[in-house]
Amino acid sequence: MFIRSLFVLILGFSSLSAKVSFNDEIRPLLSNSCYRCHGPDEEDRKAKLRLDTREGATTDHKGFTAISPGKVEDSELIYRIVTDDEDEMMPPPGKGARFTKEQIELFKRWIEEGAEYEVHWSYAKPVRAEVPQVDETKMKVRNPIDAFILSRLSKEDLSPSKEADPHTLIRRVALDLTGLPPTKAEVDAFLADESAKAYENLVSRLLAKPAFGEHWARMWLDLARYADSAGYADDPGRTIWAYRDWVIRAFNENMPFDQFTIDQIAGDLVPTPTEDQLIATAFHRNTKTNNEGGTSDEEFRNAAVVDRVNTTMATWMGTTAACAQCHTHKYDPISHAEYFQMFAIFNQSEDADRRNEAPIIQVMGDRNKKQAAHISAEIAKLKKEMEPANKLDPKAVAEWEAALKAKASRWYVLTPEKMTAVSGANFKAGSDGSILVSGKTAGTDDYTISASSKLKKITAIKIEALAYDKLGSGGPGRNGNFVLNEIELTSGKTKAAFSNASSTYDQDKFGAASAIDGNAGSDSGWAVGGSLGQDHHIVIELDKPLDGRNLELKLLQRYPNHALGRFRILVTDSAGPSMALSSEMIAILKIPPAKRSAAEKAQLVAVYRKTNPSAIAYTKKLADLKKQLAAVKPLTSVPIMRDLAKDKHRKTHIQLRGSYLSLGEEVGPGVPQVFGSLPKGSNPDRLAMAKWLVDRENPLTARVVANRFWENLFGVGIVLTSEEFGSQGERPSHPELLDWLAVEFMDGGWDVKNFLRLLVTSSVYRQNSHVSDEMAVLDPDNRLVARGPRVRLSAEMIRDQALAVSGLLSSKMYGVPVRPPQPNLGLKAAFGGGTDWSTSSGEDKFRRGLYTSWRRSSPYPSMATFGAPNREVCTVRRGNTNTPLQALVTLNDPVYIEAAQALSRRMAAQKGTVAEMIKHGFQLCLSRYPNEIETSRLIALYDSARSKYAADQKLAQEMATNPIGPVPKDIDVVELASLTVVANILLNLDETLMKR
Amino acid sequence: MNPQLESLQYKTRRHFFKQCSMGLGGVALSEMLASDAMGLEAPNNPLLAKLPHFAPKAKRVIYLHLTGSPPHLDLWDHKPELVKRDGQECPDEYIKGKKFAFTSGTPKLMGSPRTFKQYGKNGLWMSDAIPHLHGVADDLCIINSMTTDHFNHAPAELFVHTGFQQPGRPSFGAWTTYGLGSENQNLPGYVVLISSGVQPNGGKSSFDSGFIPSVHQGVQCRSKGDPVLYVTDPPGMDRSLRRSSLDALRDLNEAASKDFAHPETLTRMAQYELAFRMQMSVPEVMDISKESKKTLESYGAQPGASSFANNCLLARRLAEDGVRFVQLFDWGWDFHGTNPKEDIRDGLTNKCATMDKPIAALINDLKERGLFDDTLIVLGGEFGRTPFREGRTAKGKVLGRDHFPDCYTMVMAGGGVKGGYTHGASDELGFSVARDRVHVHDLQATWMHLLGFDHEKLTYRFQGRDYRLTDVHGKVVKDLLA
Repeated sequence: MFIRSLFVLILGFSSLSAKVSFNDEIRPLLSNSCYRCHGPDEEDRKAKLRLDTREGATTDHKGFTAISPGKVEDSELIYRIVTDDEDEMMPPPGKGARFTKEQIELFKRWIEEGAEYEVHWSYAKPVRAEVPQVDETKMKVRNPIDAFILSRLSKEDLSPSKEADPHTLIRRVALDLTGLPPTKAEVDAFLADESAKAYENLVSRLLAKPAFGEHWARMWLDLARYADSAGYADDPGRTIWAYRDWVIRAFNENMPFDQFTIDQIAGDLVPTPTEDQLIATAFHRNTKTNNEGGTSDEEFRNAAVVDRVNTTMATWMGTTAACAQCHTHKYDPISHAEYFQMFAIFNQSEDADRRNEAPIIQVMGDRNKKQAAHISAEIAKLKKEMEPANKLDPKAVAEWEAALKAKASRWYVLTPEKMTAVSGANFKAGSDGSILVSGKTAGTDDYTISASSKLKKITAIKIEALAYDKLGSGGPGRNGNFVLNEIELTSGKTKAAFSNASSTYDQDKFGAASAIDGNAGSDSGWAVGGSLGQDHHIVIELDKPLDGRNLELKLLQRYPNHALGRFRILVTDSAGPSMALSSEMIAILKIPPAKRSAAEKAQLVAVYRKTNPSAIAYTKKLADLKKQLAAVKPLTSVPIMRDLAKDKHRKTHIQLRGSYLSLGEEVGPGVPQVFGSLPKGSNPDRLAMAKWLVDRENPLTARVVANRFWENLFGVGIVLTSEEFGSQGERPSHPELLDWLAVEFMDGGWDVKNFLRLLVTSSVYRQNSHVSDEMAVLDPDNRLVARGPRVRLSAEMIRDQALAVSGLLSSKMYGVPVRPPQPNLGLKAAFGGGTDWSTSSGEDKFRRGLYTSWRRSSPYPSMATFGAPNREVCTVRRGNTNTPLQALVTLNDPVYIEAAQALSRRMAAQKGTVAEMIKHGFQLCLSRYPNEIETSRLIALYDSARSKYAADQKLAQEMATNPIGPVPKDIDVVELASLTVVANILLNLDETLMKR
Repeated sequence: MNPQLESLQYKTRRHFFKQCSMGLGGVALSEMLASDAMGLEAPNNPLLAKLPHFAPKAKRVIYLHLTGSPPHLDLWDHKPELVKRDGQECPDEYIKGKKFAFTSGTPKLMGSPRTFKQYGKNGLWMSDAIPHLHGVADDLCIINSMTTDHFNHAPAELFVHTGFQQPGRPSFGAWTTYGLGSENQNLPGYVVLISSGVQPNGGKSSFDSGFIPSVHQGVQCRSKGDPVLYVTDPPGMDRSLRRSSLDALRDLNEAASKDFAHPETLTRMAQYELAFRMQMSVPEVMDISKESKKTLESYGAQPGASSFANNCLLARRLAEDGVRFVQLFDWGWDFHGTNPKEDIRDGLTNKCATMDKPIAALINDLKERGLFDDTLIVLGGEFGRTPFREGRTAKGKVLGRDHFPDCYTMVMAGGGVKGGYTHGASDELGFSVARDRVHVHDLQATWMHLLGFDHEKLTYRFQGRDYRLTDVHGKVVKDLLA
C-alpha cells in the first residue's frame, strides 16, 4: 500500500555510490523469488541449481552458469529474468512476480562488482558497533541508543520529538516496567522530586517492585506456552503453577539471562540441581498432553518433542524451524537432518504423553520448608533436653523391679457376656475363661466382646493369645499368625485412652505399640510371626483408671486371614506399672542383680525406660512432633524434565515428511551447522544446547532477546518480525543499534534489569508520542522512533489497571491459579468437565491477570478478546487488535462494572464538589488531571446520569451496587450511581487503554 | 455544542480523510463501496467486505458440524454387500497394519440395520434415519469418497476446520472473513453456535483465528443468556444513558486526539459506535420469537430453548443479515455403542430427529428467501465410522461403530455446488475409496474455490512462511461444482 511504499523508501538502503550489498539488496530478491526452487532444499530443487550459495550459483550446468562474477552477459540468471520467452523466463509464469527494471539493474551491478555473497546478517556474530557522533541540539544524548537513533533520523532529515511531560512519563514507564499505572502517591512523589536524577530514581524504584516480575513473567509465559491445562480435546487441569512462580521470582531477583536460559532448558542436568532448577525445567513440560481415549502416546510424545525444538528455536534464536520438520528449510540453511539432530537432543526425556504427567516432583515451597525446618529444630532440641531425664536412677530401677515381681498375681480373668464377629464366627468360652473361635471366616474380621469385672478402677488390660493344636500351625491365630491392628476399650460411654503397650514377643515391624497407635491399617498391628504354636500376651496400660464393671472390647483385625483363634482377656486395678514380660525378661529378673551380665542389665534398662514416666512423656512428645513433620505436605507438584538412563536412550531418525511413522536414516544429537556447534568436549545433551544458546559465539540469542525487550517497550522491534530473524524476516531498522544492544547485553552479564534501565532512561524512550501529520504518513509504525511509543495495553494490563485504579487489585503473589468472575456458558469440554467455574472468593477474585486459571480450550473470555493467546504453542508476538467486542468487555463485563463501582466510591470518598470528585477519578486512571474541557464534559455526563437516576432510584441502586454490594454509609445512591457511569467512561477512554 | 469541541471534531475528521486518501489509496475502491458503513466509520477495519480472486459462487457459508462423527454407513453410503456379510469376521486384508481407536484383534463386519432407498430425480441413496432430507435430495451433493488423515476426534476436527491436526492455525471461517470481510458491520462476521451442551473437540481452536488477527476468530453466540458475551448493558444502565455516556466518550477521545492524533484512536472511536449498534442488532437477530409459527414449526425450533433446530433457524437469520460465516457444532454423534443413545438403530433415529428436520427446513427456507444459491452449506463430522462393530462394545446389545478415517461421507448443498449428485464411491464393504477420492484438503480447496479464492493464493505470512487453509496440499474437485 501507499504508506508502506513511502515507508520502504525511508527504510530502504538505496546507495548509488556504494557497492551493492548482497545482504541488504540482493538476498531479499533471491529469497523471495528464487529460493523456493533454487534454495537449500534438495528435494524440491529444480535443475539442480541452487542460488543460496555462491558455489551453487557459479557452477557450470552443461555450459550455462547462472552467475558469472564480473560478466553480466555470461550470467544465465540475467537472461532468464529479462526474457519474455514463457518457457525460459524466471520466475516461471504463475510462480511469482517478475523483477522490476530497478531490480534487474541491481542484479547486473552486483554481478559486475564480482557477485560477492555474504552471510545472512543475523547469522554473523554481532560486533559492538561504533557509537555515531551526532548533533545534540535536537535531543540530549543520554546513552548510545540516542546517538544511533538520532544519527539515522538526521540522515532522513527528520527530527526527534520533545520529551514527554512528567505525568505521561511516569505512567508510561510504570506501565512498561510493572504493568500497573502509578499510584497517586507515586505520581506526587515523582513530581515533587526536583533532583536531576528524579527520573532515574523512579526507574530504580519501579524495577525493585514485586510487580516488575509479575509483568515481565507474562511476556515470558507466552513464549513458554504456560497454561493450567494439558490441552487437546478433554483439556484436563494441569498443576504446573510452580513454574509460573519461578519465572516471576527469576525476574524479580534479576537472574542473569544466561542462567535463566540454562535452568529452563537443562536445570536437571547441572551438577546437584536445586529444587528451583528442577522447577525451571517445567518450561518444556508446558507441551500438550493428549488423554483422549485411543490416542497413541508415542504420536503425541513426538508432537511434544517437535514443539520443544520449535519453541526453543523461536524463543531464543528467533528462527522458524518448523519448516525443516518436513523437509529441508526452503529459505534458511537448516536441513531436514539438522532439524532431527536438535530433535535428538530433546528426544531423551522420560515424559511420554502420560495422563499423570510423570515425571513430576513435589515442591515444598518456602513456607512449608520453613515450617518443616522449625519442627525439625524442635525435635533436636527436645532430644537434647530429655537426655538428663533419661538417665537412670539405680534406686528407681530397683523399686520398679520389686513392683514388677510383686504384681504377678493380681490379674483377673474376664468372663465374656456377649461375643460377636463381623464374619459371623462362633465363640466358645472354656472354663478357664479362654475363648475359641470357629466357624465362618472373612477376609478381615473384627471381634466385639462385652464383659463385666468386679473392679471399679481398672488400670490395665491383658490379652492372652493362646496356642491350640487344632488351629493352623498350632495358633494362636485361626491360621497360625494373627495381627491385632487396633484395640479399643470402652466402659459405658467412656472410651479408654492407652498410654503404653508391651508384649511377650513382637514380630519384626509388628510391635505391641502399633496395636494402640490409632492406625487400624493392615500393616500397623501386633503380630507374633516367628513364634507360632506358643502362648503370648499383650499388656496395655490405661492413661486413666476406668470403671471395669461394664466393658466392651473391640479387636480390629484388618490383615487378611490373620484373626485370633484362641484368646483370653484379663484386667487389673493395680496402681504400679503393668507389663507383659517376655520369657527372657522373666529369666533375667530371676537372676540376682549382682550376677547379671552387662547385656542382661542393658535389656532390663531398655524395658524400664519404656515405663519411666518422664521417658514416656518424651516419647509421646517426640511422636507428636514427628507426626507434625510428616503432616507438612508439599505445597504443590510440578512436571519436570528428566532424561532416560543412558542404556534406555531412544534412537532418533529423520522423520520423512514430518511423520513419526515413516523413518529415514538415524541421526545423532547436534545443532545446525550454520549456528556453530555444541561446546567442545561436552555431552551432546540439553545442557550443552543451553550453553550453546547463550554462548558468546551464538549470533542470534542476544539479538533476539534485546529486540524483544525493545519491542515490548517501543511497540515494534528493531527487527519488526521479532519471531523471524532468518532470510524471510524483515531486516533491522537500525542494524548497528541492535548489534550494539546485543553486545551490551552480553557484556553486562545478561543483566535484564540493567538492560531495561538502559532502554527506558534513553532520551529516545522519553519522547512524547504525538504523531505529526507528516510522520503519520512517513512512518506510521514509528520504525525510526522519532516519537515516543504509543500502543494499546495488553489484555492483562487492561484488566490489572482497572482493578488497580479502582483499589480492588490484590497484591497477593504466587500460588494456585485463581478464577475471577466469568460468564457461565453451560458448556462442557469434549470428553472433559464443565468449562464454567465457581468464582474464587475474597481477594482471589481480584488478583493480577497472570494468575488467572489458563485453560487452553476455553481461555478467560475477556482477556482472549484483547488478544491473550490460548497458549497452545509458543507466542512470540501478540496482535494489537482493536475490535467492537473489546469495547463490549470494558463497557459491560461485570468485572469492569465492579471496577467502575469501586472507582466511584474512591471518587465519592473525596467529599468534594462534583468537579473535584471527577478530577480525582481521572487522575487515578491517567496520572494527570483533566483539562477544563474534559472536566466540563464529564460533569455534563454526570448531570445527565444524575437526572435519570434521581427519577429512578431503583435503576440507581442497580448501577451503584450490582455486583459490588451495598452503598456505603453517608453516600447518596444517586450520586454514587452517577459517578459509576462516569467511572465506566474513564475506564474506557482511549488514553486509558493506551500507553502513550 | 461546545464550539471548541466542534472545531476539534472537524479537524479530526479532516485528518482522517487525509489519512484515507493517502493511506487507503491503494485499496480497491470496491472495499470502500461494498460496505454498509462505507469505511467512513472504521478506518483500518479488516472486516470491510472485500472481493475475492474471481467471481464467487458462494457469498457465505453455513457449516453444520456433527461433532463425534455420525455413522455414514447408516445414513448415506448404502452397502448391500456389507449387509450380506453382517456378522462375519472382518477379512484380514482390510485391517492388516491398521490402528483403530477402540478396536483391536479381528472385529465382526456389521451391515446397516437401516432401510435404504433412493430419493430425488437422480436417485440418491439415503437411509430411513433422515426422512426430511429425502425431500431435498435434489439439492444435496453427497461425497461418499471422503478421506482424512486422523482417527482421533480433536486432531481430525482441527484438520477439517483448520487444515492441520494441531491447534493454532486459522479456521475455515477465519480465512473466509480474512478474505471476504463481512457484509454487515453491526454483527460479527463469523458466528459460532453450539448445541447439545458440549464444546467441539478442539475447543475454541476449532473456530479460532490462529495467527491471523483475532478479529477473524469465531464469535460464539447463544440463544440463552447474553447472545454475545457482554453485549447486554449492565444492570442500572439503560439505552439512553449508554448513548449519552458513549457521546461523552467520543467527545473526550476526540478532544484528546488533538494532542495525539493517532489513527488507532479514530479506529477505536468507530469500534465503540459499532459495539453500540451490535448491542441492538445482535439480540435482535438472535431473537427467533418473531418468526412465524409456521417457520418455527418447520424447523422444530422453540424460542428460548438451546437446540440444533434453533441454531439452524438462527443460521438462516444471520445469513440473511449478511453474516459471512455461520458455524454450528452439535455434540453427540460419536456412535460407539457404549450406551443406548449411541445405538445405530433407535439411538440414531432419535438423534437424527433433532438434525434432519431443521436442516431440511434450513435448505427450504434459504431457497424461499433466494439465499440458497449463494450460500454454501456443509454437513458432516470429522471422519466416518467403521464397517465393523466397535471392539469394546462388540459383545453388548448396543450396536456401535469405531472411528474411521479412510473412507466416509460429507454432504454439501447450495452456492455453486452440484445438487442431486453423488460423488465418488467406497468399495463394496466400505473400507476404502473405490472411485474419485476426496481428501480433506481437496474439499477445503473446493470450498475456497466456491468462495472465489485460489486456495494457494489466500495466504498469511507467519514466522517466515506463507500459510493457507490447505497447508501445502489440496486440489479443487471440479466435479463437485455446479
